[in-house]
Amino acid sequence: MTALSTDVVQQERDPGELAAIAQQARWQVIKAVTNAKAGHIGGPLSMMDLLVNLYFDELNVDPTRPDDPDRDRFILSKGHAAIGLYAVLALKGYLPLDELATFDKGDSRLQGHPDVTRLPGVDSSTGSLGQGLSVGVGMALGARLGKKDFHTWVLLGDGEIQEGMVWEAVQAAARYKLANLTAIVDRNGLQQFGLPSSEETSLTDRGDRRDPWFGVDLAAVFHAFGWRVVEIDGHDHAQIKSAYDLARAGDQQGRPTVILAHTVKGKGLSLAEGVYTWHSIVPTQEDFERARQELEADELDVLDNHQLSRTGVKA
Amino acid sequence: MKAMRDVWGEKLVELGQSDPRTVVLDGDLANSTKVDKFAKAHPERFFQMGIAEQNLIGAAAGLASVGYVPWTSSFTVFFTHRAIDPVRMLVAQSHANVKIVGSYSGLLIGAVGKTHLDVQDLAIMRAMPDMTVLAPADGPELLAMMDWAQTYEGPVYLRIVRDAVPDLFGPDHTFTPGAVHRLRDGSDVALVSTGPQTGRVLAAADQLAAKRIEARVVHVGCLKPLDEDALRAELAGYDLVVTAEEHSVLGGLGGLVAEVLTATGPAPRIERIGVRDTWGESAGNDFMLTKHGLSAELVSRRVAGVLGSRVPA
Repeated sequence: MTALSTDVVQQERDPGELAAIAQQARWQVIKAVTNAKAGHIGGPLSMMDLLVNLYFDELNVDPTRPDDPDRDRFILSKGHAAIGLYAVLALKGYLPLDELATFDKGDSRLQGHPDVTRLPGVDSSTGSLGQGLSVGVGMALGARLGKKDFHTWVLLGDGEIQEGMVWEAVQAAARYKLANLTAIVDRNGLQQFGLPSSEETSLTDRGDRRDPWFGVDLAAVFHAFGWRVVEIDGHDHAQIKSAYDLARAGDQQGRPTVILAHTVKGKGLSLAEGVYTWHSIVPTQEDFERARQELEADELDVLDNHQLSRTGVKA
Repeated sequence: MKAMRDVWGEKLVELGQSDPRTVVLDGDLANSTKVDKFAKAHPERFFQMGIAEQNLIGAAAGLASVGYVPWTSSFTVFFTHRAIDPVRMLVAQSHANVKIVGSYSGLLIGAVGKTHLDVQDLAIMRAMPDMTVLAPADGPELLAMMDWAQTYEGPVYLRIVRDAVPDLFGPDHTFTPGAVHRLRDGSDVALVSTGPQTGRVLAAADQLAAKRIEARVVHVGCLKPLDEDALRAELAGYDLVVTAEEHSVLGGLGGLVAEVLTATGPAPRIERIGVRDTWGESAGNDFMLTKHGLSAELVSRRVAGVLGSRVPA
């Protein structure tokens, strides 16, 4: 495995390295949820390659200066995937890895959903679904008004975008030509419960549940609303990187960009992949050992080369 | 006498000039609420968010987080009902520096009916931790509250009315969070009011004086935070306290006074005048004030009636 850089400054990483960090983050999610006996797994795992690529190769952020006014902004609109964000923030150096053990516990900075008043590095509270893109619209408007060139990124779930408020934001972003705003849709094709699959829907079903947008061409919908649409495999780091570069560069027509990233819910853990019941679940001891076998192999390789020690203090 | 919405619109223009962080988000009602004045004066800092109040609030939270002071403008009902979840999560829970301004509050908003009348906004916003809740009585108090809100770092809900109201405060009035104001003194009964209803309560006190009933009038323009000790001190020693508000009698000023007075021991009788757990309707101002017992004449008669019934025959 490629050794991780010790630089705080953002730099290009190769796809294999990013994939390894994502596996490590997935393992942190499993550990934290098992420890807390609460939390979500399917969603954090499906978005993990998108998130790791963003934080370790794209975002202009510095964990030692989380309030830098010129930093890129990131909003995890699908706030129930909070533990995934916390794992990435910890690996990035915003908080000690050990702190992940406080997830979901009283007085913790790591609440069940991200809390902007508690944890530096969180740019917006989220949790009640469908609200993050609107905050992103405000940040992007503010960037333009203040003549700042930071980019605003919002990660949404494909179940979450059933909320009507999302489409209010979609309209506003197009009307104001917010090319400095990018929405990433974690298109894992499953929501918490949804509708059961049936024969006529089998072509777009994931497992035994119907896709939340069954029969709808989401790319056409966003395009019709005036957005630039990029569709990628959300687990292919080369594709993710290309999409992010394109989004960052902006659009000649001033359109905001949406990246429809096709993912697998529960990605990386064979027990969980495409299984809707793993949306929110506490792994059994047997599940946990299985996850350890599948994911933990990467842990020491990554941690030994991480810029921060396990306690978050610079080595 | 200037309409309160004009006072608000012109003050926004001034804040826009004095503080470049000032931005305004409109829900397609600028020519009703008079934030069109700001749109004309500072077009680059005026954001037309369309008929989409949830997104309006979310965008305001985003603008606040990158350093601006957003003032949001719509009718109260669309913020305190339609957009209440983003108000809750993105503004109050996030301690966002957003000033939510509901125009056309209370009962006197023209013939629009129960869909547009908001008689629960104070109850809803009072129940929201971290939210400052303001209901100015007149133009000078509104101006003072806006000056304060511009420099306060945190969420504020301000309800204002459409029409002109008489000035009760002087032009140099300044705002102190939580303060209560005694506008008239008298020993027979204490009247407590909020918003422009206070003007009618003062008129009611004049009518009571003609009947040899002397009323103390206390104005509570800031329902949250509240200096509870100060309010209790103002109302101490009275056997009868009467509250009056253009709002439901549940959870607004009447509820607040009842909570405060009963928190420390024996309390006086508290008569709450306002909308009695019902919806509004399309009607003119006089009809609404009469129907809900809020005209000066009806407030004074209610007070006199209660006091009269307490005097042994």
